[in-house]
Amino acid sequence: MLVRFLSRAALPLSASFALLLVGCSGGGSDTIKVGEFASLTGKEATFGNSSHEGTLLAFEEINAAGGLLGKKLELITEDNQTKPGETANAVNKLIAKDGVVALLGEVASGRSLEAAPICQQSKIPMISPASTNPQVTQTGDYIFRVCFIDPFQGTVMANFATNTLKARKVAIFTDVKSDYSKGLAKYFKERFAANQGTIVAELDFNGGDKDFKGQLTAIKAAAPDGVFVPGYYTDVALICIQAKQLGLNVPLFGGDGWESQTLLEIGKEAVEGHYFSTHYAADAASDKVTAFVAAYKKRFNGKVPDAMAALGYDSAFFLADGIKRAATAEPAKIRDALAATTAFDAVTGQIAMNPQRDAVKSAVILQVKNGAFKFVETVNP
Amino acid sequence: MSLPGAKRWLLLGIALAAVASHFAHSPELGLNRYYLGVAVDVGIAIILAVSLNLINGHTGQFSLGHAGFMAVGGYTAAKISLLISPAGEAAWGFPLALLGGGLLAALAGLLVGIPSLRLRGDYLAIVTLGFGEIIRVAVQNMESVGAASGLKGIPKYTTLGWTFGLAAITIYVITALVNSTYGRGFIAVHDDEVAAESMGIPTTRYKVTAFVTGAFFAGIAGGLYAHHKQFLSPTGFDFLKSIDIVVMVILGGMGRTAGVAAAAVILTLLPESLRAFSEYRMIIYSLLIILLMMLRPQGLFTFQRKQGGAS
Amino acid sequence: MDWLLQQLINGLGLGSIYALIALGYTMVYGVLRFINFAHSDILMLGAFAALYLEPHVSRMLGGPQSILGAILIAAVAAGLCALLGILIEFLAYRPLRQRPRLAVLITAIGVSLLIEFTAQHEKVFSAKTQFFPRLLPEHSFQLGQVYFSSTDLLVPAVTAAMLAAMWFIVQKTRTGTAMRAVSFNQQAASLMGVNVNRIISFTFGLGSALAAIAGILYAMKAPGIEPLMGVQPGLRAFIAAVLGGIGNLPGAVVGGLVLGILETFLGGIPWLSSYRDGIAFAILILILLFKPAGLLGKATVEKV
Repeated sequence: MLVRFLSRAALPLSASFALLLVGCSGGGSDTIKVGEFASLTGKEATFGNSSHEGTLLAFEEINAAGGLLGKKLELITEDNQTKPGETANAVNKLIAKDGVVALLGEVASGRSLEAAPICQQSKIPMISPASTNPQVTQTGDYIFRVCFIDPFQGTVMANFATNTLKARKVAIFTDVKSDYSKGLAKYFKERFAANQGTIVAELDFNGGDKDFKGQLTAIKAAAPDGVFVPGYYTDVALICIQAKQLGLNVPLFGGDGWESQTLLEIGKEAVEGHYFSTHYAADAASDKVTAFVAAYKKRFNGKVPDAMAALGYDSAFFLADGIKRAATAEPAKIRDALAATTAFDAVTGQIAMNPQRDAVKSAVILQVKNGAFKFVETVNP
Repeated sequence: MSLPGAKRWLLLGIALAAVASHFAHSPELGLNRYYLGVAVDVGIAIILAVSLNLINGHTGQFSLGHAGFMAVGGYTAAKISLLISPAGEAAWGFPLALLGGGLLAALAGLLVGIPSLRLRGDYLAIVTLGFGEIIRVAVQNMESVGAASGLKGIPKYTTLGWTFGLAAITIYVITALVNSTYGRGFIAVHDDEVAAESMGIPTTRYKVTAFVTGAFFAGIAGGLYAHHKQFLSPTGFDFLKSIDIVVMVILGGMGRTAGVAAAAVILTLLPESLRAFSEYRMIIYSLLIILLMMLRPQGLFTFQRKQGGAS
Repeated sequence: MDWLLQQLINGLGLGSIYALIALGYTMVYGVLRFINFAHSDILMLGAFAALYLEPHVSRMLGGPQSILGAILIAAVAAGLCALLGILIEFLAYRPLRQRPRLAVLITAIGVSLLIEFTAQHEKVFSAKTQFFPRLLPEHSFQLGQVYFSSTDLLVPAVTAAMLAAMWFIVQKTRTGTAMRAVSFNQQAASLMGVNVNRIISFTFGLGSALAAIAGILYAMKAPGIEPLMGVQPGLRAFIAAVLGGIGNLPGAVVGGLVLGILETFLGGIPWLSSYRDGIAFAILILILLFKPAGLLGKATVEKV
């Protein structure tokens, strides 16, 4: 029985193994290999693709300018299909099979948390473009990020609600599946309560839902002065439309997950007048931002970059800056250089690494006005 | 074909496990992290597929909730390990954690098995799917296991040895169970429930036993998974994960343990070996599933067998 | 009171979509006894077909958002999806017809994955969410504190019309008689001169057209579409079909409405809304324990 089975199974099994081992040779040293793991397919592919495009553009620019330390940079990207469990394999493959010197990724904190212990144990620096959960960099001293963390952004929005919107009663509408959304809501609540505000209703949706009317009806019944919706633009655009349909005419506001032209394309007049915090304002921007937006548009058929694309771009240049200052492609040296960053000039603002390896930088608040994002105010850390 | 076969499986598994542990503990021998990681994935997939095979294959029920049992086992085991030693310095607690996870998953299996008294076919499938989703929603709201953020910092205790050793035990126990005198009842329930009932076979007890045993091993697999990936997130245990396991069982030939285990190996290695095709990878993967099923509709490694037997 | 009425309207809108998708599931189940996993992906393709057709139809008719244009777009999209459904059945399901139906389930999952991953490819639709153009002018109405739009009225109306049409086809036409015969016993039907292959193709075409229409309505309700948009409503509709009693047309609609209304009400209760899906499933399980063949399904006694 067993023998018969093995003889029959041998061919497909060994074929699978053989395929797995293909290309397992060590790379040459004429390039510096950098790995990237991203959700290029699956439920959150929209965000993964954005940050990937930003990263890709950065690598092309660096190589066009002659590369680093006299070598070209080679970007090796693995898709994790937005599937938990997949990231670990992708990251292991990039480190152990491809021999990358550093890793870039991921947008979602959940998948960054899966990669972080592997990078830490392998002593390969990892830079997350957009994972805002404080836990990500707590994994160890090889983990960095170029975005702000939930406590900062949640606090910023709570102060904005109290001081600028003069809201006393706020409803919170969060994505129960997303730790980003839950994290922002948590710190928003803490600060808003400290500001003597009241949370009149707390409701949840599932990221990817298309119908939010059940929850929005309940929010409307609670008669808030404003609704805090820390979510991503794909959901937020639909939430704004349905809030309008239900006659919920108070300001909605959220975090950097809102920032994308897609929000305007889908939400149209329904997103008018709403607010969010993000990294930079395109209409009050530095030369660096203008140059980035122009280059991105040129490279990707006129597409306007969103926050994820800008952060993906920044994560790549942040790493390049580290490699340059380390003057070597040794992972440990790169780590030291990254940790010593004091004033890196990024598209999303000037970044300093604090001892927790989180980026310290200011936030801006934007409002949707006449179908565009308009600068409202800057908030410093 | 009955017990001796099972014993051979056990011996083979243990031998493999011993060799594997040796490699796992000496990284300088050239096996790198990636291949080790994939090999552990393979072992976990075998446990999941073989345990689901007891429910869906041998007993002929249709469960779509296996990922739910895996979640119960994974979270429980991880929590136990973290309670024993948050720093991950108590590998002795690992078997305890795995067992705890398995037992709680078995309890969940008991809960799910009870509706199977009244429900058949697609209706039972929906109920198991529903249980799986209920478990996921519950975990998503439980702050003590990280809720939506996921549970991080789980110590890395899972090794190749543990994985393949437990895979061998799973195969042994399930094969021995099904091939025992008692176990003929599973196949009777599978072949014809009404006839079995009228022959005086307690079909209910068999169905519930299948769910409890299957869930127990799924829980063990969950524990191994937790201490392998070191991070758990509730979305990893949605119904698509259950579907992955169902595909292994059906492609392996429903009720053929060897075939199901082989399908688990192939379906785990396939997406990894297709990485070179980058953005076409999953397109090719889905085409291959369709093709494999068309070419071997009776299961990848199904040989002639007499009615009602199990290998 | 306003709140209750508002939630009922909301739930009806969502439930009608589920009902429409469930109708397609149940039709195919009726003749082939298996769940067509690719159904939810046909739904997505229907919405994307409408997205690409819209500019052409608008140009042809000299302006967007006309009723004629919307009907034309829906008809062409439904026709395309019907053809695709027939093709999928012919290529992936028919060769396995004599095999255990679980083998077909796997090819159905394979087809579903294939469509999803192909659609997500950069050169196809890409994974990004895209704006779905307005096919009809939208009017809003207000009764006291209750708000609803023309889409909220359109969706249940279309679902009711489709249920009536399906019921008519199945009960009153010769093809429908043949469908029932195939559903009852394929072999006996073919012995009685029914062309089983033709009937199965027809059913797949019909089911896929329903999915396309559901996809378009879904996109009209929530105008952001992406390649995985069908997965969540597809799963819900699958559950709705079983809840109503699989293979039963009115059952699918009842199941869809129950699920939609349940979800809306649970979603609207603070501190329960994060448990929404779990509670909805728990209620479904309870219903099935008391009605093991679904709400409208007939309990069949297995004969020896």
